[in-house]
This record gives sequence, C-alpha cells and structure tokens, in this order.
Amino acid sequence: MVTPAVSIESIQKQFGKLNALKGIDLTIEQGEFFGLLGPNGAGKSTLINLMAGLLKPTHGQIKVMGHDVQKDYQQSRQNLGVVPQELVFDPFFNVREMLRFQAGYFGRGPENDAWVDEVIESLGLADKANTNMRRLSGGMKRRALIAQALAHKPPVIVLDEPTAGVDVELRQMLWDFIKRLNRDGHTIILTTHYLEEAETLCGRVAMMKAGEIVALDTTENMLRQFAGKNLCLKLKGSLPASLLPMLKHGENNLFTLGLNELGQVEYALSELRKAHVDVEDMQLIEADLEDVFLSIVGKGSSA
Amino acid sequence: MISAQYRGVWTLFKKEVWRFWRVAFQTLASPVLTALLYLLIFSHVLEDRVQVYEDVPYTAFLIPGLMMMSMLQNAFANTSSSLIQSKVMGNLVFILLTPLSYLQLFIAFLGASIIRGLAVGLAIFLVSVWFVHLPIANLAWILVFALFGCALLGTFGVIAGIWAEKFDQMAAFQNFVIMPLTFLSGVFYSIHSLPGFWQTVSKFNPFFYMIDGFRYGFFGKSDVSPWLSLVVVMAFLVLLTWVTLKMLKSGYKLRG
Repeated sequence: MVTPAVSIESIQKQFGKLNALKGIDLTIEQGEFFGLLGPNGAGKSTLINLMAGLLKPTHGQIKVMGHDVQKDYQQSRQNLGVVPQELVFDPFFNVREMLRFQAGYFGRGPENDAWVDEVIESLGLADKANTNMRRLSGGMKRRALIAQALAHKPPVIVLDEPTAGVDVELRQMLWDFIKRLNRDGHTIILTTHYLEEAETLCGRVAMMKAGEIVALDTTENMLRQFAGKNLCLKLKGSLPASLLPMLKHGENNLFTLGLNELGQVEYALSELRKAHVDVEDMQLIEADLEDVFLSIVGKGSSA
Repeated sequence: MISAQYRGVWTLFKKEVWRFWRVAFQTLASPVLTALLYLLIFSHVLEDRVQVYEDVPYTAFLIPGLMMMSMLQNAFANTSSSLIQSKVMGNLVFILLTPLSYLQLFIAFLGASIIRGLAVGLAIFLVSVWFVHLPIANLAWILVFALFGCALLGTFGVIAGIWAEKFDQMAAFQNFVIMPLTFLSGVFYSIHSLPGFWQTVSKFNPFFYMIDGFRYGFFGKSDVSPWLSLVVVMAFLVLLTWVTLKMLKSGYKLRG
C-alpha cells in the first residue's frame, strides 16, 4: 500500500474555549490535487498550521508522507512546503538569496541551485531575482513567497490562499507551474476563496464548516450529487407555485431553477404551459462549485 | 564541503551573520563610535583625577570595560532584535517550517550573536590602541571572557526575543535590565571605590564578573579572582541556556 501524502486522524484543536477543530479525519493520497474549502473561520488555516507543526494539536495525529508531524517532525517537514497566507518577507535579502537560504535550511546545497533557478524562472521572478524583498510589489512578493515554499522541492505542497489579491497573469502562471508539479507527482493541497479555481484544478475537495469536514468527495461527484444543473428562465409572468420547490433564485421575471436530472426540464416547461406563462428566454447552465458550496455550507458564507 | 546534516544550522548561522553585516553601519560602526565617545569624554574628565590600579592610566583601565560592555550589548541585540523583528514581520515562519531542531536554532542564533559581539569588541580594541597603550597580561582570559560573555548575553537575547511580542517590550528589556546592569557593573570604576553596601550589591550583578574577569586578562589585576568570575559566568550561562532550550523545546510563544 502506498503511504498517503497526508493522513489526519481525529485532530482536535482548542484555543482556550474555542473549539477550532472538532475531530478531523482526512487522508490525502500521493499525487492528488486536493482542495480545502470553507468560509472564514472554518478551520482551514488551523489545519494547515497543524500539518506544518506551527501549532500543536489538542488531540489526534497528523502524518506527512508517513511521518508524524510532532514526533518525527524533521522528516515530515522535509516532505512539506507551505505557502503561508500572510504576505511575509525578510527585508534583509534579495529573492535569490532568500530562496537559497530556504533550501539550505532543509539541507540542500549548491546542487539545488538549478532547481531554485527553475522556480525563479517559472514564477516570473527572473527579472527580480537580485532585487531586495522590500522593493518588490505585492504581486512579486506573493510570487517570492510561493517560491520559498518550493525551494527544497517538497513532495507535498500546501498553498494557503495563494492567489488572494493577485492579478490574472500571475494566477495563470502559478497554476501552470503547480499543475506541472502535480503532473510530476507532487501532491498539492489548496485552500482558496476562488471556487472556480478549485473546480478547475482539484480532483477532490473537502468542505469545512465550524471546525468540521461537512463534505468530502471528488469534485465531479460533488457537482453531480449536490447541484446538478441550473435552468435559467426569463418569463412573461410569475412562476407557477408547483415550481417553487425547485426555485434557487428569483428576481423580477428572471428565475433560476435547480435540476437534479435533465428530465426536470420537460416537467418545468409543461408546468409553465399549464399555467399559460410564456418563456421569453431559457438557458441550461452547469452548476458550479459555488452552488455546491452554498448548498452545503449555507448561504451568506464566502469560501 | 558541508554535509546535508549540518547545512541547515550552517545556513541559519550564515544568514544571521549576513543580516547584521548588511546593516554594519548600525550594528558595528555605531557601537564602536559610541564606545569611543565614552572613552574620549571620560578619559578627558577623569584621566588626571582617578587611578584605579597602580601603574594603569584611567584611559587604559576604561578600554576593556567599554569593549566588554559593547560586546555584551551587541551580542544581546543580535539575537533579540533578529527574533523580535522576525516575529513582528511574520517571517519567523520561514524558520519554523524547516526541519531545524530547537537546539540547531539556538546554536545558529547564538553563534551569530557571538560573532557580532567579538567583531564589535575587536573593532573597539583596534581603534583605541591608537590612543593609549593597552597591555595584554593573559590572552587566554581575554578570549575566555569575551567568548562566554557574548554567549551569555546572546542567550539572554534569545529569551528576550521569544518573550517579547512588541518592540516596546524589547526596548523596556534593553533599557530597564541590560543598560542598568552594564552601567552598574564596574565599566567606569572599580567596585572597591564604592561604599560597602553598593560593593555587595555589585557582587550580585553577573555583568560585573564578565567585565572584571575580562579586565584581568589585560592588566593581571582585578577586583575578584578571575576563577570566581569564570564560575559565576559559566553558572549563569548554563542556567540561561537551560531556560532557553526549555522555551524553544516547548514552543513557548513560537508554536501555539
């Protein structure tokens, strides 16, 4: 049996009276592109900090590539690269120096320099490699932060909101690079506020709410199981009462109906005919992860 | 060629040395200038009025004290400022995410603080010997007290850096603990010139022993035996190292 990239068993974390994680069990296999979603305060970053050994669990165990993050922390950290959420940097050094230092902390020497250069190139940092971290723009600092987590070429990479506040170009560049790393066998764990990113990139997602995992499945299954498709209608008149249970959203004469199966389209149209309501326009839209997220985590939450 | 096993600690040590070297004007030149100003003013005012040891001019007496005071303050500043800056800026996370053990962290931070302390001490020595003849009675004592003095304050700086959460807490530590202890340790005088009560008080100040022992290395004369000073310095070093390692191992204020 292949060792899981990350195995989390009965993890609980208490901050004073706050129960931040209430017994999480999760296994992420090697080579997965895994999404961790949830509203602010759901416990995503706490879980990542526990994986990284920045926090100690109140109860439970986490292993990275088979190594306990508390007892065998040196091995587990060798296998893990974490991109922190906050835009932090060391003001004394330039990008290349920082990356070489970071690799050095993990025991990597000059033999690793080619990889550091590749990371610099792939993240579009080549022009800024000799620029002091202080002088970089916000987007460039974000790139450098990501590069630092990759400097020792870890098999498991955790990206905590890596694209928060960054431009489209960097997002594209970052995801191209991360997808390539994933194809090369690296396990990627991603938390993001951009659900369309998770939908496009992640093979499997876990949704967290108030310190618990409330849904865990492949992205495909989750989309199928929870959301199906959406039927958007522009009507001349109001929606018949028989269709109200399917209504997801209605404003003026625009209505969105949630469908579990395609056969429901015919049902909706026949009900409209019966009620003599004309259809001005109609669109069938695939539900996205946001629909799933809202149906599981609840409206009024943001990922 | 350094092995992968030791590269982590070596890298952190190197980074910490580079960190203060990058701002050498502030970390090296500035304490040297301050020490020279003390030397200039105190020697001008007191050279003809005070003689602490026979055959030792006051200016010469002053130099080892000023060297040691600057070494201690800078060794403390190196570890404490690096830690508090990294904590406040948030970039300490880059070190906490690595496989470096708590002992390796301690060794790297401490090593860099000793280098800074010794560099400052050496620079003051090299500049001040232009002005006054400074004998060297026993080089071994000079080196022993310089090394262990810097180590003791470097360790103290790690404790302060871990404990403090804000710059003003660190400033309080520096101004209300380190400064009074260094100034009241016999840098500018022999404790034998003090009234009995203050002599006793001075003997509870570990900084006194570092300065007195260090001065013995230059003049072969001191207020107390250098062996006693060494025992006191080593005892404090062992105690503070134990406290520091306990703090680092438990993750106190570093890992929640």
